[in-house]
Formats: sequence, structure tokens, C-alpha cells
Amino acid sequence: MPPEARTKRPTAGSGIPASRANVARPVARRGGDPASSSPVFRLDDLSVYYGSFKAVRNVSMSIPQQQITAFIGPSGCGKTTLLRCLNRMNDLVDIARVEGKVLYHGVDLYDEQVNPVEVRRRIGMVFQKPNPFPKSIYDNITFGPKVAGVKGNLEEIVERSLRRAALWDEVKDRLKDSAMGLSGGQQQRLCIARALAVDPEVILMDEPCSALDPIATGRIEDLMEEIKTDYTIVIVTHNMQQAARVSDMCAFFTAEINEHSDTRTGILVEFDRTETMFSNPQDERTENYVTGRFG
Amino acid sequence: MIGTTPATYAPEAVRKRLQGKRFDAKGFAFSACLLAALLITVTLLAVLLYDVINGGWSVLTSRPIEFLTGSLSSAAADAGIGQGLRGTFFIAVFVILVAFPIGIGAAIYLEEYAPSTRLTRLIDVNIRNLAGVPSVVYGLLGFAIFVKALGSFTGPDANGRTVISAGLTLAILVLPIVIITSAEAIRAVPDSLREAGFGVGATRWEVIRSHVLPYAGPGILTGTVLALARALGEAAPLILVGATTGFLSGGDSYNLASLQGRFTAMPMVIYNWTGRPQPGFETATAAAIVVLLAVVLVANATAILLRNRYEKRR
Repeated sequence: MPPEARTKRPTAGSGIPASRANVARPVARRGGDPASSSPVFRLDDLSVYYGSFKAVRNVSMSIPQQQITAFIGPSGCGKTTLLRCLNRMNDLVDIARVEGKVLYHGVDLYDEQVNPVEVRRRIGMVFQKPNPFPKSIYDNITFGPKVAGVKGNLEEIVERSLRRAALWDEVKDRLKDSAMGLSGGQQQRLCIARALAVDPEVILMDEPCSALDPIATGRIEDLMEEIKTDYTIVIVTHNMQQAARVSDMCAFFTAEINEHSDTRTGILVEFDRTETMFSNPQDERTENYVTGRFG
Repeated sequence: MIGTTPATYAPEAVRKRLQGKRFDAKGFAFSACLLAALLITVTLLAVLLYDVINGGWSVLTSRPIEFLTGSLSSAAADAGIGQGLRGTFFIAVFVILVAFPIGIGAAIYLEEYAPSTRLTRLIDVNIRNLAGVPSVVYGLLGFAIFVKALGSFTGPDANGRTVISAGLTLAILVLPIVIITSAEAIRAVPDSLREAGFGVGATRWEVIRSHVLPYAGPGILTGTVLALARALGEAAPLILVGATTGFLSGGDSYNLASLQGRFTAMPMVIYNWTGRPQPGFETATAAAIVVLLAVVLVANATAILLRNRYEKRR
């Protein structure tokens, strides 16, 4: 990958409508203390319900800019549910409902005035199972920019996105071929490229490597490390080593069993810098989890 | 075989064990029954096909053009099915223009937009029940609405007993089938595909247009063409909306003004000829059945070809 592709951030001149490119993005202090850089998200006493079932309760945390924040914890502790609140993906579930606030640069994402489609253009998502559209590689990348009304050079966006996702060299000669013919790891990198193509500020990743082999996983992790200078990443992972390897900040969730209804509600136990979480956690439950005595 | 002597693992002993035959009598009996069920079906269909083709072959080979374009006649030797084919053609046009868009639209709304409430589920169940309502009931409905109430629109020249009324009635008849099959096809679209679309900031309409409908398209197509085949074969509603059973003057023109006149259609021709005592109508009936079967088969084959073509592109 040529260095200019790595460092150049797309600007208004690259075909992104001015209304979107001019969104104010406070510059983060690179290399500073992750916890002190200005937050992208601030969750304020957030609880999520599916019908009458409380999936996550009373989560308050701040997610810093241009860092990788990992959500870890045992199955059924609401990590994914919480992640899907950050770009209102939970809206697609009829019975889902939130209480509390999800502040994105100070704006409540669940405010009535907020359009979830606009939210998802700024806050992209990569899913657990690679889910490319059953279309060509080219069409996979261009769909997002097209619906965003980008009139500029789509070829350029395709190349730039695929280069950022470290996939360009493998697919540059077969952009018109179906994405379904790619391997699982390539498909997942294509999904990342597809998310990058709309030039979001945040990328949410829901266990992006759980369906991949260790080599493909390594490539995705390298990729995350690379792009975090330009994007804020929030990743849900079951793999503690992965959280330790890639993340700057780490949140540990666990599930508490409700006595009356035999259901589980996720709670945030501890949120700190990853090094601290793994070397010197404050909470006993975190320590038990990261040392493998639980979960 | 824990605890047995190593001799048990000698190749000879292992081979004997592995090659031993155990006859599964119950399994054999079960699969024999299933095969019998299949054979009975295939045999019946083959006999039926042979019977009509054998019966109608002489007519179709001796005067094919006259038979396909000729008019109804009391003399079997002159009788043709031109008017019936014309009626069936326009019924197909009405079903495609009315039932397909409304049915597919309703299915998209039910699956993609409607919130999952008790009312939605009630509507869903009722559409399924409507698909099972006897066709003669739809005939009554068509008679009451399109012939009586809307007669001045659907055909002032023939008191509403026109191919317009018949086409609309049959469109309503197959509407529930179109909705159900389209909804099944849309439901089969994986949610991950919708999430992928929403995830890059597409609206619901953009996701439906660009991803859900192309994916569900082949399934929708198959279901709707099967519904069309059903509509083309119905006779009972046609009797009620006043398809001509005897002599029909005109009724073989394909210009739109003629839609307001009396009509007949293939199932009516077959029904009518079957009851005639004169010799010669037996073979004419068989020939008409062969033609109707061919029309329906061509429609189904087209649907399958189109589906395969689109699925390959996936």
C-alpha cells in the first residue's frame, strides 16, 4: 500500500457532498492518554429492553475518539445489544426500546429529530458473519456512496476503500466478479471496505473475526490498527487475547441473573485502559474473567 | 469392544463385523410405500396426458390453423377455439396487470413495513384463509361487483358480462396466492443482507429496491406465474360472470374496444364441448385441453427459465 493512501484523508474535493464532509470533527490528541481524549460517545445511564425483557441496564461510559474500544464479557451480557444502540441498528428490531441517553458529540441519537439513516452514514458497522451483497465487488463498495448521493468518481472511492482494507491487490483485476466468490477473510475485509467507502467517523465491529481463521483474523487486526488513526473503532469480541492485542480501552460486561424471571441482564462492570484492565483490574469479576477463571 | 482380546481387531474379524448385513425391514417397507405414492401420481398423470393427446391429436394434425383460430360452432368439424384463446389471453393480461402489482405490493408491505402487531398477524392469517376459498365464491363476488355494480364501466354493451369482469374476478381470485408466495420469497431473504444495507446508511426503500427485491425476485416470479396458471384454468367463476357457453358472434378480436362485448375462454370452451352429444366434439374437446395445457406449461417453463437466469446472477 502506498503511503499516501494510508495517510490521506478524503476531503470535500473527493466527491463527498460538502454537507457531509464539513461535519466538525474535533482533532484528537494523538498518542495522549486515551481516556482523556475527547469522547465520541457518552452513554448516560443507558438501558435497553426487548419488550419487557431488560437486556442491558444502567450503562454509563465515554468512548474516546480515534481509539479502539473493546467490549468483552461472557455470552448474553448485552455487548452486541449495546453496540447496536450506537448506530440505532436496534431500531430494526420491533420490540427494542432504550432508556437513558446515547450522546454522539453531545447529540442524543435517540432524539426524535434524529434520522437513523443519517446516523448510520456516520457510524458504520461490520457484522459478525461476513455479509457482502450478492453482487460484484465493485457494486458492494459503491452502494453506500450511491445512496449517500455521491456524484464524484466512484472508481476512485472503490480503489481507495479497497486499499485501506488491504484488499486492493487481491481483487483489483476482478472488481466485476461476484463478492460471493471471495474467501471468508476477504469477504470480511470487503465489508470493512464497504463501511469505509461512505467515509464514516466511527466503525462498529460486532465480533468481526469470529467466523475467520487465525491468519485472516491477524490481517483484520492489523487493518484495525492501521485505520484507527482516522476512525474511531468500537469492537465487540469474545476473544480476550484479541481485546488485549488491538484495543486501547476495554469495557468488561457481565450478566446478572434475575431472580424472578430466569433472564439475564447485562451490566457494565469495569471500563478502563486495556493495559490496566488486563494487568491491574479493580473489580474481582474482571480479574476472574481476564485470567480465565470465569466465562 | 472394551475388554475383549486383541484378536477382535484382527483384519479378518474387523472385516467380518463391518461387512455383516442387517436387513432394515421397516425402512424398506416405508420407502416402498413412498415410491408407490410417487408412482401412482406419475401413472395417473401419464394416463391422463396420453388420453387427451391421443384423443385430440387427429384434430390438431388435420386442421391446426382452422382449429386454433376458428370460432365456436355447432358442427364439430368446423369448431375452433380462437374465441377461447382470445378470452384466456385477456384474462392473463388482467391478472398480470392487476393481481401482480397489488399482490406483490401487499406482500412487500406486510413483510418489510408492517409492524408485527396482532392486527398484522390477523391479516396474515386471513389472507391465507382467502387462498382456500372455493373459486365459485369468487365468481359470485365478481358477479355482484364487476357485472352488476360496475356493469356500466366493465361493459355497457354486454351488461357487464365481459372479459373485463372475468379478468378482474380471476385477478382477485389469485391475489391471496400471489401475496402468500411473494411474502414467503421476501421472508427468505436473509436479515444479514438488510443489515448490510442499513449499515451503510441506506433507507428502507433503498434496501428493499437494491437488495431485498433482487434477492426475492426469482421466488416471487415463480409464485406469481403459478398463480397465473391457476387463473387460466378456472371455469367456475367464468360461468358466474357470464362467459358465453353456446354460440358467440365476434369475440375473437384483439382490439381493446371489443373488450366490452361478450366473451368466452378456454375452460368454458372445454366445459361446453364436453357436454355436447354430437360426434366429433369428443376429439375437439381433447384437442382444446391439449392447447390449454400447452399454454399453462409454456407459462411455467418461462417462469423457471427466468428464475434460473436470475439466480445464476446472484
